[in-house]
Amino acid sequence: MIELEFALQRGEFSLELQLASPARALALFGPSGCGKTSTLLAIAGLLRPEHGRISINEHVLFDSRAGVDVATARRDLGVVFQDARLFPHLTARENLRYGMPRNATARAFGDVVQLLQLSTLLKRRPGQLSGGQIRRIAIGRALLRQPRALLLDEPLANLHREAREEVLEHLRGLKREFALTTILVSHQPDEVIALADQVARIEDGRLVALEGIETFGAAAKSLDAPHLHAAG
Amino acid sequence: MLLDHAETVALALSFKVSLVGVACSLPVAIGCAWLLARKRFFGKPLFEGLLLLPLILPPVVTGYILLIVFGHHGAIGRWLDAAGLSIAFRWTGAALAAAVMAFPLLVVALRNAFESVDHRLENAAATMGAGAWRIFFSVTLPLSLRGLVAGLALAFARAFGEFGATITFVSSIPGQTRTLPIALYELISTPGGEGGALRLTLVAVIVALLAGVIAALMLLRGGTREAEA
Repeated sequence: MIELEFALQRGEFSLELQLASPARALALFGPSGCGKTSTLLAIAGLLRPEHGRISINEHVLFDSRAGVDVATARRDLGVVFQDARLFPHLTARENLRYGMPRNATARAFGDVVQLLQLSTLLKRRPGQLSGGQIRRIAIGRALLRQPRALLLDEPLANLHREAREEVLEHLRGLKREFALTTILVSHQPDEVIALADQVARIEDGRLVALEGIETFGAAAKSLDAPHLHAAG
Repeated sequence: MLLDHAETVALALSFKVSLVGVACSLPVAIGCAWLLARKRFFGKPLFEGLLLLPLILPPVVTGYILLIVFGHHGAIGRWLDAAGLSIAFRWTGAALAAAVMAFPLLVVALRNAFESVDHRLENAAATMGAGAWRIFFSVTLPLSLRGLVAGLALAFARAFGEFGATITFVSSIPGQTRTLPIALYELISTPGGEGGALRLTLVAVIVALLAGVIAALMLLRGGTREAEA
């Protein structure tokens, strides 16, 4: 269960969300600047809400009333940022291993490397990788953290068509292989349909609808649903 | 160009004093630079001004303050004397003077280097379970390496050329506190010392030039990488 009930102020922009979703993969969908990424950063502990409560699978990450604000490093979340944020001075292997728990096995590493087809990239630094490869390493790095939930911020943004298809296919595989709670930020309907079970549509910092993926998909396919084609 | 014994001793002493001075000021400079680059706190401009003071004050004033504090009758000096760790009129005192004078250059260079590191990478490290120390040593410091090397080169050159604070604090004792600049000053003041003065001048210019070139290379290459990013 993903429970988000918080208020957050960033300059003039105010974000107020109230949602509880039983979905394993929840998409936060809406146009640029609506508060999707801010929501993700608040869940990750990189933005502090004014008040409210954030919990994932009964694990409370933030609760202003109870005085709970778990440090970012202790939230046990795997975050894939829109700009990947690989460490430029480390190889792909070192990036992948950075967040691995001490008790993680070599097999876990091998499984992720195999799943995301990273074996030929391990010795390269981010500057020697393509956009799609960088995104795959970022996804692998988040997975190897062995997180309680995966946060994906526009994982296919700024990729050319081929790289987009490649990463999307890996994300689909990931959804099949790992029973992992996932929160996906996106403004692309096809991305949401491929990866999410439920969709929270956000506009101007407010939740406007929480709907199942079938409802969202049907509306997205309809030409009469321009509101779903959020401008990025 | 061969240096005579006294000049060689002064040169070796200058290297020792500068290396020890810069090495001792480095951890403190790293801490102060990180605070300035990453934290907001009350009195930050005053704190920064205090750190830069040795760069702004006349070196003689800095040397005199060191003498008051660390001299035989100084607030800290008397305790050091009692513990058998006296630094006044010893090479360790010269190293302290070098450390104090080089410190602001290190802080400025390191602060700029830390500020140039993308803070979002540090955030990414935090989401992967890294605490503040690990983030600093695995992300911030490695990505600041060029600035660190540039700062070390400039600080070393500043320490190597230190004169006013050193002569005020620890005087000019051959083999103990007579560093290259002080030896040069003594040679200039001595009839017939022109040859030695010229030789030491040449050495000082070479050391300063090397340090400047290293700093420029580091900063230039760092700048090119940033421009490409």
